[in-house]
Amino acid sequence: MLGRTLREVSTALKQGHITPTELCQKCLSLIKKTKFLNAYITVSEEVALKQAEESEKRYKKGHSLGDLDGIPVAVKDNFSTSSIETTCASNMLKGYVPPYNATVVQKLLDKGAVLMGKTNLDEFAMGSGSTNGVFGPVKNPWSYSKQHREKRKQKAHGENEDSNWLITGGSSGGSVAAAAAFTCFAALGSDTGGLTRNPAPHCGVVGFKPSYGLVSHHGLIPLVNSMDVPGILTRCVDDAAIVLGMLAGHDPKDSTTIQDPVKPFTLPTSADVNKLCTGIPKEYLAPELSSEVRSFWSKAANLFESEGAKVIEVSLPHASYSVVCYHALCTSEVASNMARFDGLEYGHRCDINVSTEAMYAATRWEGFNDVVRGRILSGNFFLLKENYENYFIKAQKVRQLIANDFVNVFNSEVDVLLTPTTLSEAVPYLEFIKEDNRTRSAQDDIFTQAVNMAGLPAVSVPVALSNQGLPIGLQFIGRAFCDQLLLTIAKWFEKQVQFPVIQLQELMDDCSSDFEIEKLSSVSLKQ
Amino acid sequence: MAAPMLRWSCLGKRWVLACIDGGSRHGRGAAIGCTSRRKRGQSSVAQQPLITVQKSRKGEHEWAAVVGLEIHAQISSNSKLFSGSQVHFAAPPNSLVSFFDASLPGTLPVLNRRCVEAAVMTGLALNCRINKKSLFDRKHYFYADLPAGYQITQQRLPIAVNGSLAYSVSVGKKPSQVSTRTVRIKQIQLEQDSGKSLHDELRSQTLIDLNRAGVGLLEVVLEPDMSCGEEAASAVRELQLILQALGTSQANMAEGQLRVDANVSVHHPGEPLGVRTEVKNLNSTRFLAKAIDSEIKRQIHELENGRKILNETRSFDYKLGCTMPMRDKEGKQDYRFMPEPNLPPLLLYDTASLPPGADPQQVINIDWIRDRLPELPGKTREKLIQKYGMLPEHSFALLNEVGLLEFFQNVIKETGAEPKKVTSWVLNIFLGFLKQQNLAVNESPVTPSALAELLNLLDRKAISSSAARQVFEELWRSKGKTPSQIVSEKKLELMQDQEALERVCHTVMEGHPQVVMDMKRGNPRAINKLIGLVRKATLSRADPTVIKEILERKLLS
Repeated sequence: MLGRTLREVSTALKQGHITPTELCQKCLSLIKKTKFLNAYITVSEEVALKQAEESEKRYKKGHSLGDLDGIPVAVKDNFSTSSIETTCASNMLKGYVPPYNATVVQKLLDKGAVLMGKTNLDEFAMGSGSTNGVFGPVKNPWSYSKQHREKRKQKAHGENEDSNWLITGGSSGGSVAAAAAFTCFAALGSDTGGLTRNPAPHCGVVGFKPSYGLVSHHGLIPLVNSMDVPGILTRCVDDAAIVLGMLAGHDPKDSTTIQDPVKPFTLPTSADVNKLCTGIPKEYLAPELSSEVRSFWSKAANLFESEGAKVIEVSLPHASYSVVCYHALCTSEVASNMARFDGLEYGHRCDINVSTEAMYAATRWEGFNDVVRGRILSGNFFLLKENYENYFIKAQKVRQLIANDFVNVFNSEVDVLLTPTTLSEAVPYLEFIKEDNRTRSAQDDIFTQAVNMAGLPAVSVPVALSNQGLPIGLQFIGRAFCDQLLLTIAKWFEKQVQFPVIQLQELMDDCSSDFEIEKLSSVSLKQ
Repeated sequence: MAAPMLRWSCLGKRWVLACIDGGSRHGRGAAIGCTSRRKRGQSSVAQQPLITVQKSRKGEHEWAAVVGLEIHAQISSNSKLFSGSQVHFAAPPNSLVSFFDASLPGTLPVLNRRCVEAAVMTGLALNCRINKKSLFDRKHYFYADLPAGYQITQQRLPIAVNGSLAYSVSVGKKPSQVSTRTVRIKQIQLEQDSGKSLHDELRSQTLIDLNRAGVGLLEVVLEPDMSCGEEAASAVRELQLILQALGTSQANMAEGQLRVDANVSVHHPGEPLGVRTEVKNLNSTRFLAKAIDSEIKRQIHELENGRKILNETRSFDYKLGCTMPMRDKEGKQDYRFMPEPNLPPLLLYDTASLPPGADPQQVINIDWIRDRLPELPGKTREKLIQKYGMLPEHSFALLNEVGLLEFFQNVIKETGAEPKKVTSWVLNIFLGFLKQQNLAVNESPVTPSALAELLNLLDRKAISSSAARQVFEELWRSKGKTPSQIVSEKKLELMQDQEALERVCHTVMEGHPQVVMDMKRGNPRAINKLIGLVRKATLSRADPTVIKEILERKLLS
């Protein structure tokens, strides 16, 4: 049951094959068994069971709230959740219990979803590994998959398997791992520079970033306000569309959300790519791109062409400036957003009380890690009067140029862009930590950042397994507010590639009855 | 991008904060709730003695002072600029604080429509160009009563620019010599107020009250077109009246709804401007004038003694009557301005640019607001002068007290007395009584109807002027009695019986032959003595002019 998609399990709930409480308990027990993944910071067991119970009552009365009623979901620990600790994986917010729900969390709860817990991340979502949070790194469930283990055994015998686990990518690693390890049916991440889409392909799940303004970011503890978008992580594209339908729309608490009413997002079961024009940005053919990813990318392009779509090379001439531009804008907003963490109203406060200034300094020193402090320092440097024109203003202009690149491409005949999501498959932790956070973030977000700067919708879809038996994903980028078309194309593509399901039964023998893995692969891939 | 969202006032949630340990050495925070000292009658401004700004010594140039003002007016609105919490003066600490006001992470600003309308109204009243597109910025600094670590303001593109404010100052010795001056208005911007810090030196702790945090402010920047304290105070006073007439701010300086910072420098005319200082903490127009003049004097004194003026922030010590450097503003502040990413540009429309089918609750039409602007003080004064033949200084005086003009107009409505007489009674006697007892117009025991009735009696010559004065005093003391009642109780009505009065005159003349002789000899003071005696005999109930007529007639006969 746990291995099913959201839509399938929703049907099972409606038909009474399983009750919300049973489903919740199965997820809770799996969360406990997969604790070593470190996907969750807080497991809200009591709340979840209570919500499941209420959902069960509704089902009994025949008053179900819809597709999400009774569905276990997980939420990244940078979304405010009323009466559930929200830490951002930082000492600064350890013990902070918000008095309100983020709009997206409230919307999920209003639709009857069952909140399993808050998922792990890089501190304040600053990172691309989900490795630097104060609660430790998230481990990629694929490290323990049958597919990967078999491949690795063939290559290196006698290697210490336990120390060779892989990272998920970040910063929404906890949400991605939670969805990939079947502990929930959908998870919320946050996507600022690709933080939802970056880890998704590493864990073989769908990572969707909606258009900026389509989904409220009220209650999402900000990284870069002008780019932050709640991201949706699911095991298939259809599920992402269901969740988007629940979350999208104007929020009176977020002035950047669209005013126009939003139509429900239902994807057609069969799509016709005949009249579609797919653009391949030539600048994305980076030298660092792994040959495997490149090969899947071109296979995907061929697939579109063979099905009658037009595939053309396009140019995003300013793409190469995106990394530095992002750095200046991101750190500036970070410096500003982090100013509120002074130990007065909430969060960590040091013991020093010599003066207000000394208290600020010590509190912030103790509360933030090196990465956060480093970004605050750079950001404040860029915002200084003497630097503002040279850095911040220039970066804003470059951001506009990058956004214009996309506008130009979409104003020609292109409907959707097809790009890699990441340079390669997931890397082992020991490999990953050889580089510092800044270098890593700059490397790992190159295909995803530009989309955030332009506010466009994008989705990463898992494609196939690498030689290492690890997932590889590709990204589709759509026109602003054409999220439905984008997801329709992604769904069509997903159906063509038949990505295999993760096989974790070795690890969780006693759960095998819950998984029904063999049956599953036929269920989720052939609709 | 989404269009700007405008919020209608709604109730905010409450958020209670704990106190903060750890002392602070700042001097900025004012004590909370220091309102016992009530301030009335800001009209004293015009009577401020002018400090000699220009000082000439042998072989030396004259000095000229340059004064610019930054004025923060709290917008009169039910809720805050970006949150739904309510706005009340002197509410229990931290009782009006929403999650946004306390800067809880993840909360976002939502612009209050009422505050935008107030800014547009004020901009129009001050002859500004209203920017159809304006932007919000973050201004960063760490301070305990600024929870987010930044203030949202409009630094790059404010809502209104390039206006002007006309005000009057008295010139020469007579108060009637009024001269009109104009100060340019650089800009009006919308911004958030900060909270308040209360420093408890004894326990070495700082207490924070966030009730004020996030209240909407209009920052009005006046160009340095003024040259002394009196000009600055008069300009502020006029702005205060305009804001009150518009209803956009209560603009009460004592309650902190209007706060003024002055930029002051001195130079020799024809030479570049001098280094300026900023004078803060000015909570009345009287102290504003004093502070500026003392700062001008200080700067001249410093420069004449070969010292330099530092670009610094100073505060006015009203006990010592001079400005002192403020310790906490030492060192250069870099506010690290940045665009506010959570608020789309604020777009305003006029009738021509209004998008068809726009929801009237979501858009603001500048023309609509312009058409509904109330009458401004300048216009009101002009009308008073035209309609009642009033002296300009009287029109100023009538507008200077809250409610006085309305009182005056209500009296006029119910009396046949000459407007000049009414003006004189309202401004001299009525206002004098109010001032003496430190009362506001609406606290007066004398109603406009009572005063009107009294003036009618006077006008009909039913009572004498001095009796009228007595009636007024009685009205003030014993609330509820009508003037006619008092007149009859106290037997103050004038003797209407001509024959009786002639008999009294006759008796008095017979009783004082010496005085009559003097009068006949042409001593002009003698008749006054006789008039006095007759009045005394009639218990002051006879009209002196009538007595004089009778006496003169009798002398000739």
